[in-house]
Amino acid sequence: MATETLDRAVSGLDALELGPKRQKGDTGKRIWKSTWPKLLAIAIVLLVWQIVVWAEWKPIYVLPSPETVFTDLGTVITTADFWDGVRVTMTRAFTGFLLAVVIGTVVGALVSQFAPLRAAIGSLITGLQTMPSIMWFPLAILLFQLSESAILFVVVLGAAPSVANGLISGIDYVPRTWLRVGQVLGMRGFAKYRHLILPASLPSFISGLKQGWAFSWRSLMAGELLVIVPGALSIGVRMQQARDLSDSSLVICYIIVVLIIGILIDVLFNAADNALRKRWGLLSS
Amino acid sequence: MSVLQLENVSKEYGSLLALDRVSLTVQRGEFVCLLGASGCGKSTLLSLVAGLDRISGGTLDIGDRKVSLMFQEAALFPWLSVRANVELPLRLQGAGRAERRRRADELLEIVRLRDFGDKRPHELSGGMRQRVALARALAQDADVLLMDEPFGALDAMTRDILHDELERIWREQELTVLFVTHNVREAVRLGDRVILLSSRPGRVIEDFAIAHARPRRIDSPEVSGQAAEITDRLRAEVARHGN
Repeated sequence: MATETLDRAVSGLDALELGPKRQKGDTGKRIWKSTWPKLLAIAIVLLVWQIVVWAEWKPIYVLPSPETVFTDLGTVITTADFWDGVRVTMTRAFTGFLLAVVIGTVVGALVSQFAPLRAAIGSLITGLQTMPSIMWFPLAILLFQLSESAILFVVVLGAAPSVANGLISGIDYVPRTWLRVGQVLGMRGFAKYRHLILPASLPSFISGLKQGWAFSWRSLMAGELLVIVPGALSIGVRMQQARDLSDSSLVICYIIVVLIIGILIDVLFNAADNALRKRWGLLSS
Repeated sequence: MSVLQLENVSKEYGSLLALDRVSLTVQRGEFVCLLGASGCGKSTLLSLVAGLDRISGGTLDIGDRKVSLMFQEAALFPWLSVRANVELPLRLQGAGRAERRRRADELLEIVRLRDFGDKRPHELSGGMRQRVALARALAQDADVLLMDEPFGALDAMTRDILHDELERIWREQELTVLFVTHNVREAVRLGDRVILLSSRPGRVIEDFAIAHARPRRIDSPEVSGQAAEITDRLRAEVARHGN
C-alpha cells in the first residue's frame, strides 16, 4: 500500500475506533440525579422518627421530635463552645490518623519486602484489624492513664493495620504483565519502586487509607466517651455531659454532628478514589 | 552480520522439556518470524533472548546488544500519559526532560500518534495502545525488537493495517525483528524468514525463506500460496500429537 493511502487508513481507523465524543449532560441535572436519592433517604428517616414520636412510644423528653432536635442543633452550632469541641476532636482525629498512616506505611512496606517478617506478623496484622478497638482501652488507660496518649494509642492501633494491609495487598497484586514490562525496561531497586510498584499499588493504598480512617474515627469516638481528659471538652465529653443532664435532644444533636463529619470525610476519600479511577480508566462512564 | 545466535539452546522446566536444541541465527535488519502451534515454546524462546529467563543448555550469543520486548497486551502504565509511557525508558536511561520530550514526540510521530501524547492509555483503542507500546519499545533503542504475538488480540482490520505500519517502521528504522505468532499468514506477510517450530518439545522443523517483494498484502496469491504450504507442514506436525 502506498504510504499516503496507509496514512489515511490509519488515521481513519483511529477516528472510527475512538468514536464520537459524547456530550455530558447538563451539570445541574447531573447533580440533581445524584442528590435526590440521598435527600429521599433523609426524608424517610425523619418521617419514621416523627411517626415514632407521634405514636408516643417514649415520653417526649426522652425521644424528642426532629423539630426540637434541629432547633437545638441550630442553637448549639452557633456557640463557640461547640466549635472548641469540634476542634479538640478533629485535632485528635487527624493526629491519630496521620500517625497511623506513617506507622502503617512503614510496617506495610517492611512486611511486603521481607518474607520472614511477613510470615511472622502478616497474619497478626489482619488479626489486629478484626479486634474491636474498645477492647484496648482498659490497657491504654493503665499504660497512659486518662490522657491524650491513651486515646491516640487506641486510634493508631485501630487504623494502622488497615493502612498496612492496603499497601501490602497493593504491592502483592501488581499485575504480572506490568512487572514483566518493568523487567524488560530494566527497572531495578529504587527505580522499580519509584516508577512501578508504588504507583501501581496506589488504588489499594487509598482504599486502605479510607478504611483506616473509618476505624480511627470509630476508635476515637469510643475513646472520647471512655477516656475523659481533664480540660479537653471534646464532642464525646459534651455528649456524655448531655446524657448526665438527661438532655436527649442534645445527645441526638451530637450524634448528627458525628454522622455529618464522618460523611464529609468519606466524601473526600471517595473523591480522591474516583479521581484516580478516572485517570486510570477504571470507571465506566 | 548476525546480531543474535542460538546454538542447540534447550530449556527445561523441571522434567518438562520446553525447547530442544534450537539453533537459529538472525542477521542485522532481518525480520524473522517464529511460527508454531501451542506448546512449541515460542514465548519461552523470546524470554530467553530477552534475558528474562536462563537457558538450560547450549549457547545464546547476543553480544552486548540490547533487546526490547513487546507483548500481546500493550501493558501501558495507566498512571502515565501516553507520552510519559514512551518517555519512561528514556527516563530510566537518565535522559534529560527536554531530550525525553523531543524523542518521545519523534517516536509518537513514527507510530502516527503525535496528537495523542497527552491522552491516557485507556482513552485509546487497542490498536493505538499497541502502537504506543511499539513506540515505547523503540525508545529503548534496542538492537533487536522481540514481539510476542503483538497483534493477537486485535481485530482483523486493525491487524492488517498494523502489519503495514510495522513493515514501514521496520524498513524506515532499519530494525531487526524476531516476531512470534501462531498465525501462518501473518508470518508469511511479515517475515523475511519463517521458522517453523514443533510442539512439546519445541524444535526447529524448517526454515522457510520468504522471497516475495515488499510491501506485501496478506491476501495476495503469493502470500496465500506459501501460507498454505506452511500450514500443511504445521498441520502434519500437530497431527503427530493426536492418536
